[in-house]
Amino acid sequence: MPPKRKDNVVIKVEDVGMDVDAVIDSGSEEEARRRAKNRRVRPQRKAKRVSDDEEDEDEEDEEPRRKGRKKKAKPRDSDEEEEEDSRSVKSKSSRASRRKAAKEESEEESEDDRQKKKKRGKGVSKQEKEEQNKEKKGQVKGKEGKDKGGEKDRKKKSGKFSSSSSSDSDSDDQSLSEGEIEALKEQVEEKKKQIATLRNKPWRIKRRLVILKEAQDFVEKYEGALGKGKGKRLYAFKVMMAKKWIKFKRDFENFKTACIPWERKIKDVESHFGSSVASYFIFLRWMYGLNLVLFGFMFGLVIVPELLMGLPYGSIPRKIVPRAEQDTAMDFSVLFDFRGYCKYSFLFYGYYNSERTIGVLQFKLPLSYLLVGVGIFGYSLMVVIRTMARNSNEGGDGAEEGEFTFSWKMFTSWDYLIGNPETADNKYASITTSFKESIVDEQESQKDENIHLRRFLRVLANFLILCSLGGSGFLIYFVVKRSQEFSNMENEDLSWLEKNEVELVMSLLGLVCPPLFETIAELEDYHPRVALKWQLGRIFALFLGNLYTFLFALFDEVTAKLESEKAIKNATEWALNQYIANYSSHYNTTNVPPQNVDPADTLRGPCWETAVGIEFVKLIVSDMQVTYLSILIGDFIRAVLVRYLNYCWCWDLEAGFPSYGEFDISGNVLGLIFNQGMIWMGAFYCPGLVGLNVLRLLVSMYYQCWAVMCCNVPHERVFKASGSNNFYMGLLLLVLFLSLLPVVYTIMTLSPSFDCGPFSGQEKMYDVVMETIDKDLPSFIGNIFVYATNPGLIMPAVLLMVLAIYYLNAVSKGYQQANLDLKKKMKMARDEEKNRRNNKDSTNQVMKDLEDLLPDKSLIPPPTEEEPPPPDVVIEKGSKSPKIKPGAAGKGVKLQKDVSLAATNPRAPVNRAPGPRRAPPGNARGPQPGPGRGRGRGGPPRQ
Amino acid sequence: MGTTASQLGKDLLSEYQELTFLTKQEILLAHKRFTELLTKDEKDRPNIRISMGRILALPELKSNPFRKRICHVFSTSEHKDGSLTFEDFLDLLSAFSDSATLEIKSHYAFRIFDFDDDGTLDCGDLEKLVNCLTGETDDTRLTTEEMRQLIGNILEESDIDKDGTVNLSEFQHVISRSPDFVSSFKIVL
Repeated sequence: MPPKRKDNVVIKVEDVGMDVDAVIDSGSEEEARRRAKNRRVRPQRKAKRVSDDEEDEDEEDEEPRRKGRKKKAKPRDSDEEEEEDSRSVKSKSSRASRRKAAKEESEEESEDDRQKKKKRGKGVSKQEKEEQNKEKKGQVKGKEGKDKGGEKDRKKKSGKFSSSSSSDSDSDDQSLSEGEIEALKEQVEEKKKQIATLRNKPWRIKRRLVILKEAQDFVEKYEGALGKGKGKRLYAFKVMMAKKWIKFKRDFENFKTACIPWERKIKDVESHFGSSVASYFIFLRWMYGLNLVLFGFMFGLVIVPELLMGLPYGSIPRKIVPRAEQDTAMDFSVLFDFRGYCKYSFLFYGYYNSERTIGVLQFKLPLSYLLVGVGIFGYSLMVVIRTMARNSNEGGDGAEEGEFTFSWKMFTSWDYLIGNPETADNKYASITTSFKESIVDEQESQKDENIHLRRFLRVLANFLILCSLGGSGFLIYFVVKRSQEFSNMENEDLSWLEKNEVELVMSLLGLVCPPLFETIAELEDYHPRVALKWQLGRIFALFLGNLYTFLFALFDEVTAKLESEKAIKNATEWALNQYIANYSSHYNTTNVPPQNVDPADTLRGPCWETAVGIEFVKLIVSDMQVTYLSILIGDFIRAVLVRYLNYCWCWDLEAGFPSYGEFDISGNVLGLIFNQGMIWMGAFYCPGLVGLNVLRLLVSMYYQCWAVMCCNVPHERVFKASGSNNFYMGLLLLVLFLSLLPVVYTIMTLSPSFDCGPFSGQEKMYDVVMETIDKDLPSFIGNIFVYATNPGLIMPAVLLMVLAIYYLNAVSKGYQQANLDLKKKMKMARDEEKNRRNNKDSTNQVMKDLEDLLPDKSLIPPPTEEEPPPPDVVIEKGSKSPKIKPGAAGKGVKLQKDVSLAATNPRAPVNRAPGPRRAPPGNARGPQPGPGRGRGRGGPPRQ
Repeated sequence: MGTTASQLGKDLLSEYQELTFLTKQEILLAHKRFTELLTKDEKDRPNIRISMGRILALPELKSNPFRKRICHVFSTSEHKDGSLTFEDFLDLLSAFSDSATLEIKSHYAFRIFDFDDDGTLDCGDLEKLVNCLTGETDDTRLTTEEMRQLIGNILEESDIDKDGTVNLSEFQHVISRSPDFVSSFKIVL
């Protein structure tokens, strides 16, 4: 009668389990599913079960073992029964004793206990198997096993016991059949998965801790037992490595988060000002990282090789200050203008030598210079696009804006990071206004009291802004032109103001125009969110216009310089020829030694590249100065004045007029973006610019953090950070593209200066690449290149790309359509559901319009006329007109009141009774909007 | 299971890392902040609870309108007094951490908003929620009429099964579409 005995054992196990598990509650779906599975597997067991996951898992674990035992039990002889009996008695007694212990002990220990039992079950099954082979020996062993089972510290030993016994004899190995191993493996995997996903469960940590410990114990115990023979060691090794790997990964994660710079600073800001201000600093940090990489390229591949392996300072004309300037070359004012020693240093394009290879490494500096110059753009492009893609992935599916306006305002508007009472107060106020605003919006979709005035004002505002944009562009053009005149005059005659006019004007325009635009935008009276977008667009246009005007003026200058350069080049060549002719005629030899002139005295060209580089550096520096000064004055001094003068002033300065400054997120971000644009443009002509920018960003980080924390107050109207991230990135991408254009134009079309820079002596800058291909690479690559640049090949390639674009476009359109369809379906399902709940025929606007359009109701069979309406409909009818129906809620109520007050209004949405045929013909049907309109957003009543 | 007074055990630390979304540094910082709240003699006792009042004095929670609810939700105290053990505290920080999933966050957000702990957001809960969001002062309060309309609109939008309350799945449905929920449902020590 082995089956019966087994049942006894099972029941006992489960009794114990119940005692243990009553402590822990259960809940999640997964458990329920698992439970269901268990029930399905063992429907024959009628033992009462506690609804608990852990117990069920355990039972599942034991399941295969029990099965195996059952199989083995059947063919057994009656001889064994006695012995079997005695053992079961023993096991019962031991079990009972343990049960008591389990009751007394705490959760975990009792868990261990259960695991012990599991172990023992395993051990027993093995022994049974042995008994089939050799009875007596088996008995001895079994007793031994049971004795061990009685011991308190069985837990550890049992693990060893099972593993050692299985490795001892072959028969033991067989005791774990393939299927069992598989099942065990599966369980182990499952437990592992459970460990990994445990943190995703919204349970108490205590409960998670318990489950984790249990799962870990389980995995630890059974992982070792898996695998057979020789594979075992490998398996163990693998397991160990996996564990180590996980630990390493975790440590690495920790390390990575510890390495992110300024994390705490940004968190501080975040907790004071909410996530939107912090988003600026995160953007700044991102920009800093990008610039650091760019600087690495520039520094490692261009600057350092030239400094280490190139000719030293003073060896050739381009690397020395001209004699005329040498007296003042060290003056601070000169250096500050990036003239003198600065101009002839590694910071600028002109310093680099055109030798094809330098140093022992045969480093090809000109090629490296060109490739780095272009590579900077390539790398930036890649990074920006990758970041954008990641951001847009994080953005989710982006449901339609209008769907959950109220709920989002309600559930997600609080920024939990806010830890500053002042910010919190602002947040309260802004939330309240946004609630009120949206309520008002809902109530009256658009108040068009004087549309003509509004339109006029908007046109006027745009006109004014266009005027100021044009004015600023003209001003810059004028100033740059004037500066060209100045540059022809003697340096000493000019005042500082005249020398730095361009940069000053540009920075001041950047400072003055945005507030001006904001003031003008008041005229338009847009919704703040729309107004913000307009404002950003206008500032963007301003910056862009200024930058491009500046560039065009610069190009004028460059062409002028190119002209003068030609003359100088001719003059030098003429002088050289003259010298050679003189020399050869004088000494009557063709072997002319090189002209012995001090490099400082040679006649040299204007080197337009360096000039452009200097313009950009000056622009950056003055921009930096203006930004920092405006922070210092506009924020710090103002804050100090407001703070301390407030004690002796006639009105409240803090709440009244000057108050404290606000942190202008959009303006700062745009400033950063344009700064970056200038860096991209200027980096080619001034390798040192990137380094300068790294410094600038570093200083900005600390300085602005400090300024924000000490003298700014949070925005009244905070706009959310998440939505604008990709917007900024998009702007950055646009600026990147726009700054790529002039650089590529100069590389491809303008001829480089003849006596300075790495490309001197070449017709075009990109000739370096051609030269390298010709001379340094195997000839077949040159051939390939020739073929590749063949128009016959390029045309098809372009065609192919166009086709690919067309195809991808079509595909994405298809996806969009599918997306739209799915959304429509979801909406329909939702409407359906609503209808069913509301017991109405339709709330779908389209259906209702259709019904409205039907010529008369005779088309619709009047079914409900005579029939007694179903009870729920009656209730609804009764409750409908005066009170809230479940769907219509507040809005509906209000409208209905209005109706009762102003009954003469024919357009007011009278609620149609559920049986529409009752309403007076024509009136109820024809022109009237259905009840859905009344509470929809579409048509509010005119009052 | 409890915390040793000065230092967290290594095993415990790794287990906490396994169970929460926090990094090692964050857990240690949390422990430091937690022990700072304790008095001298309390430090020796394991499994000590900190009363809600002292937790609320933390600057991170001080100006949060839901601070009491947060404490109540994460508290495992039997007296329902909102007191927290260190593990509850970790639980809280984990749910509000950067890397916690949307599901976890929305789950706890729901619990926080469910003022009467009945498993659904009904009109009363929503009203309290609005009052929390608009602050204590009278000038920012909404009028009764506005309140009614607001709640009506919210139910109209998110109450899909039309039972007059918002349940967890409806709530999660709404929240999951929101672009800024995950970024704003954060508390950082």
